[in-house]
Amino acid sequence: MFLATSIIAIALLLIIVSILYKGLPSLNWQMLTQVPKGGYYFGKEGGILNAIIGSLYLSFGATILSFIISLPLAVYINIHRAKQKRLVNTVRFLLDLLWGVPSIVYGAFGFTIMIYFGLRASLLAGIITVTLFIIPIMVRSMDEVFKTVPKGLIEAALSLGSTRSETSYKVLSRQCIPGIITAILLAFGRAIGDAAAILFTTGYTDYIPTSLSQPTATLPLSIFFQLGSPIPEVQNRAYASAVVLTVIILIISIISRILSRKYYQERIK
Amino acid sequence: MRDFFIKIFRIGRKIKDQFHSSWMFICFLLILVLPFILGFGLLYKSNVLIREQSLLQLLFSGNWHPLKGEFGFWPFIVSSLWVTILSMLICGPVCLLSAIHLTHYAKKWVLKLMHPVIDILAGIPSVIYGVWGILLVVPFVSRMGASMGHPNSGYTILTGAIVLSIMIIPFVLNILIEVIRTVPRELSEASLSLGATKWETIKYVVLKKAFPGIISSFGLGISRAFGETIAVLMVVGNVVKIPTGVFQPGYPLPALIANNYGEMLSIPMYDSALMFSALILFVVVTIFNMGSRYLIIYSEKKI
Repeated sequence: MFLATSIIAIALLLIIVSILYKGLPSLNWQMLTQVPKGGYYFGKEGGILNAIIGSLYLSFGATILSFIISLPLAVYINIHRAKQKRLVNTVRFLLDLLWGVPSIVYGAFGFTIMIYFGLRASLLAGIITVTLFIIPIMVRSMDEVFKTVPKGLIEAALSLGSTRSETSYKVLSRQCIPGIITAILLAFGRAIGDAAAILFTTGYTDYIPTSLSQPTATLPLSIFFQLGSPIPEVQNRAYASAVVLTVIILIISIISRILSRKYYQERIK
Repeated sequence: MRDFFIKIFRIGRKIKDQFHSSWMFICFLLILVLPFILGFGLLYKSNVLIREQSLLQLLFSGNWHPLKGEFGFWPFIVSSLWVTILSMLICGPVCLLSAIHLTHYAKKWVLKLMHPVIDILAGIPSVIYGVWGILLVVPFVSRMGASMGHPNSGYTILTGAIVLSIMIIPFVLNILIEVIRTVPRELSEASLSLGATKWETIKYVVLKKAFPGIISSFGLGISRAFGETIAVLMVVGNVVKIPTGVFQPGYPLPALIANNYGEMLSIPMYDSALMFSALILFVVVTIFNMGSRYLIIYSEKKI
């Protein structure tokens, strides 16, 4: 049994070590600050700046957009509809189902919508698809935090005469700020790492996008496309992107760990 | 004058509340209809193909010639099943043993170490798993196949299954730990006080009580594995053929969608066929999810 546990830990170690071993030698300043020259598939010069910036644009956009939808939804089922247990549980069930839907299905669906509205593969289409994809994740993790808030706190706020939305935003949400940030970080990590949903909808270019209607390069796709190239310099770019992506994910998970520890120390019981 | 301002203030608060509440309601409606829109959108798109050919022929025919208008999904379905089942066979025992270890035997420092490990494993993007698969698992499987008398390129079903099994470990393990923890303490204490050893208690009391939860966690793992795209696509070989052994290349459904979207618009019926495979994925995954979630809720009620 100890063996089983150590297999899991060793697997993680192997993944990180092999990515760093392959990627670190090719990671230098030039790699991080230049866009690829002469085409991302054949050009030997240049770096991965386009993918880094594109990924950040995409995931920030999607995270902000889905935050605007997720926070109201999470407080709505916890305050406005708290009495209707059946309805709330149905919504949680639906959200869990949506969480389980593979991202490629979202990608295909986003592609259909895109064609329907006559859009080309662009940053905007990517942001919308990823938003749909991360809403369930964000709502469910916020919901789990809101569930731990004691009922008395909310009842006290309501009995002092505040409206329900004031209770939601000024009491409940403020009480759970670390949890909300953890939820946002989780969703952000999902958004930046997912490749299947943006494969059809965001496209790939060599340049940094300047408007919402342009195709955008992203880190996961930069790994995916450039790894298939026969030229070693291009493959190195893919490994470098893999290191950058791994480091981003590690930082996110460390921050959210610290925050959640803080939340459990400081919360009102 | 003062009354007037207080009145304005009150009305302002009311309006604000109304505004927020209606926005919340809109979000709520959006989430309620989203799964149905997803399903109907895919159904609408794949309708062209379903009307043209019978459903049985689509699902169970092995002829995949998009240029001639023949769409048989059987090779892809079989590949998907192979990869999913194999990965569950690898991941299942490891997760179950590790969950028992972590909940009943592990010392504090092991728990403290394993929590971040599981979190990070869950957070690593699938492309990274794919790169790891190409770097380590592909040569490993190639050598293993050669030593067992099945020479191969390393891009095989087994490779995909190994990569997948590591990917779904965090999901399965998290649920398993939760399920085993919800088994009431008194039960195992009663068993221990009657003279059963620790292992007997776990085997006959804890695992028996947690059985529905264990099954449902495997169900969730299967649905996760079935829909996983990029990591599998990168290591599984992608050859359209019904696989007969674990050392042969396969071509799972998600890989089919991801690989062909570029040609989608140039060949008639092709986009419809790809949307149909997305629909298959959606339906299968949703059914598995529903079943497992229902089982969890049901067993929680019983305890």
